[in-house]
Amino acid sequence: MTKIIVDGVEVDVPGDYSLLQAAEAAGAEIPRFCFHERLSIAGNCRMCLVEVKGAPKPVASCAQQVRDQRPGPNGEPAVVITNSAVVKKAREGVMEFLLLNHPLDCPICDQGGECDLQDQAMGYGIDEARTREFRRAVTDKNMGPLVKTVMTRCIQCTRCVRFAAEVAGVDEIGGIGRGEDMEITTYLEKSLTSELSANIIDLCPVGALTSKPYAFVARPWELRKTESIDAMDAVGSNIRVDARGAEVLRVLPRVNDDVNEEWISDKTRFVVDGLGRQRLDKPYIRQNGKLRPATWDEALAAVALRLKNTASDKIAAIAGDLVSAEPVKALKDLMASLGVANIDCRQDGAKLGGARASYLFNTTISGIEDADAILLVGTNPRWEAPLVNSRIRKAWLRHPLKIARIGAPVDLTYDVTELGEDFGALAKIAAGEGDAFKALKDAKHPMLIVGQGALSRPDGAAILNACARIAAATGMIGPAGEGGWNGFNVLHTAAARVGALDIGFLPGEGGRDVAGILDGASRGEIETVWLLGADEIDMAKLGGAFVIYQGSHGDAGAHRADVILPGAAYTEEPGLFVNTEGRVQAANRAVYPPGEARENWKIVRAVSGALGKPLPYDDIAALRTKLAADVPSFATLDVPAGSTGGDAATWEAVGKAGEISSAPLIYPITDFYLTNPIARASRTMAECSRLFVAAPAVQAAE
Amino acid sequence: MANRRLATQQPASFAFTADNLAWIEKLIARYPEGRQASAVIPMLWRAQEQEGWISEACIRWIADRVGLAYVRVYEIVTFYTMFHLAPVGRTHVQVCGTTPCMLRGAGDLIDVCKSRIAKQQKKVTEDGQFSWEEVECLGACVNAPLVQIFSDTYEDLTPESFNKLLDAFARGESPKPGPQIDRSFSAPEGGPLTLTEVKD
Repeated sequence: MTKIIVDGVEVDVPGDYSLLQAAEAAGAEIPRFCFHERLSIAGNCRMCLVEVKGAPKPVASCAQQVRDQRPGPNGEPAVVITNSAVVKKAREGVMEFLLLNHPLDCPICDQGGECDLQDQAMGYGIDEARTREFRRAVTDKNMGPLVKTVMTRCIQCTRCVRFAAEVAGVDEIGGIGRGEDMEITTYLEKSLTSELSANIIDLCPVGALTSKPYAFVARPWELRKTESIDAMDAVGSNIRVDARGAEVLRVLPRVNDDVNEEWISDKTRFVVDGLGRQRLDKPYIRQNGKLRPATWDEALAAVALRLKNTASDKIAAIAGDLVSAEPVKALKDLMASLGVANIDCRQDGAKLGGARASYLFNTTISGIEDADAILLVGTNPRWEAPLVNSRIRKAWLRHPLKIARIGAPVDLTYDVTELGEDFGALAKIAAGEGDAFKALKDAKHPMLIVGQGALSRPDGAAILNACARIAAATGMIGPAGEGGWNGFNVLHTAAARVGALDIGFLPGEGGRDVAGILDGASRGEIETVWLLGADEIDMAKLGGAFVIYQGSHGDAGAHRADVILPGAAYTEEPGLFVNTEGRVQAANRAVYPPGEARENWKIVRAVSGALGKPLPYDDIAALRTKLAADVPSFATLDVPAGSTGGDAATWEAVGKAGEISSAPLIYPITDFYLTNPIARASRTMAECSRLFVAAPAVQAAE
Repeated sequence: MANRRLATQQPASFAFTADNLAWIEKLIARYPEGRQASAVIPMLWRAQEQEGWISEACIRWIADRVGLAYVRVYEIVTFYTMFHLAPVGRTHVQVCGTTPCMLRGAGDLIDVCKSRIAKQQKKVTEDGQFSWEEVECLGACVNAPLVQIFSDTYEDLTPESFNKLLDAFARGESPKPGPQIDRSFSAPEGGPLTLTEVKD
């Protein structure tokens, strides 16, 4: 720790703090454009100039460290002044130069109202131009379907260049030319090929990079802002949902250092137009082979009649990927009251369940930064959880980190040792052979990440068992207790999955799993199937079963349904989501569901009423109280499971020992942009898919 | 300084000659492990000596060879004005226009270029022989005004001697570099004025 005096306030800060950080610690605000906490320091905007006692001229506070400052003649702490006339004049000079070439188009600029330059010009701008030269004009650059560019507004802070190179790991943006002619562009104006590309929109301190789908849609002060949780993947990114009237207009990240830092994936950000398309806004009943609009009373009566007249062993329920914990809990309780054991939440057939630590990302996402060896088993984190991938990249950039993979080679933006696509390699490591085993064994903080692609195979239980045995044998499972290390991780892809597993939405005694339900339905042994937002199963296999579809979008499930119960999407109801770490987070309602659609748990509750077996909760608070009572992990928000320890024997019981077939692995996500009904309804996602997923395949075929 | 952008007409591919390839291998081996990317500027320079200019295919070739992203090499070639981004003449004349040369008559040399080669800078004559550009200080102000052609400088020029120089290049000769008047390097014109008794 080093002492420093900022504006007369003495603070004691770490020596590697920059003057800017020290000033903030002392309560002084420093304007800045190029400096960003999560990017490397460029020091090129000069807006953060401060006076340092003894220095001949103002210094850029972002690029000077506290420990490098010269103490006073008698060893007094260095003195920094941030509010003197010299500093103000220096910053005014910087601002004048920045504004020399900046267009005065704030009224038509999408950044207007949330623009760093606009805000700081209020403090340091002067009200008239002293030059009569022409302003420069820069041609706009293509950066893909998500980022709109107005490059004349660019002030060359290079935040986007650094983000692409450092965080996203795609070295595609650069500053070409020099001096006044410097321009920011991608190489030959190719589209950015990153799942995190749109974060440069938030990073841009001016209106040079703005959101293309959101262009000219709204002004920030018109929007109603709701803090919520993303449901596009199992990371549980913290988001802010901006809505006007009944429409969600955009999604922005919120800072949560333990989960998403301050980034979100492009899917999280731009899926919002899917919330307005293909919506189920009234109940439907299939009559003479055609769906007709119905009233809620009719639909509930039809569902209740059907459930009453079906034997309990011929009823089944499948929970989908986007639903929050409350409707899953309500549906589980309803099915229990009917005596139905055929319930499952694992649409992909992953062989998970059992002890909580055996299906969680135990290391936690921020814990990745401590890892020094990682084994990826059948997972493509870049598509399954882009923010987990960026964490791995962050760790890989910061310290030596050995990463090995079993699975097909895909570019993950960091170096990976390929162990082949054959799962024989896993058996070899489990037997304690080979360099990969040695690397894990020698590592201080080894990690294993197993993906849904591996676990949903027929031999998924054997793979899970092999992974658990590797974890136990290589010392990934530390001693139980606080601060222990647990390197065994399951990476989920569905936002609802961990919550549903926690609740135990799994086949009961003698019950069927998803494969069993589909098999039974196609053979007539299952007669009624309730799909709670489940669209990722093979609908053709449902055979002649009576299908109750409860969900928000007219996707695969609704097309097959006999009764449609329209539900809310993740932005339209309060709900608890448990992310892949086991962290319970609360999503909030940003807008009301469209038309007659209702909150999902209320629909289940209404069906229970129509059946004459009302569930014991009438509001969401009561439901959550019941949920926390039955499943204690729901009692605390925002805390990861952080499960540590356990002896080797318990870990060897995870999964089921057995033969692992040598069939090559198929990653669960074949198209990052179209993984769920909301994304499939989104035009922006369809455009991304066409450009980034379909087009490269066409090229490869040529 | 105008915007420096890649030429619109680009060859499909780029390849170094066998000699240059061998030179590049030696060059890259000089850098410590992990720092091979530092060879990018000498490689670009060698490519320009070979082809006369830097093509887009060349940027990709060199980026792949040293393991840099394409856009990083693109940044470099657009930053340094010494890299030509479009074909230049076989004899590319770089006229120094910085203050000492300007005071000593660089403007007259530029006039010669404009009348004899092309009105605009970097425009190649129809026979592909000449092109010219004005550059910043070439670092031989004592011999102002001067021009640089390839890696040689021709100094102490007048419009007449500059015309003669261009004539010689047009004939395919290789004129003697250095001062084009009677002096050795930057020694006094006509011979030494001091230390005359010293015989070397």
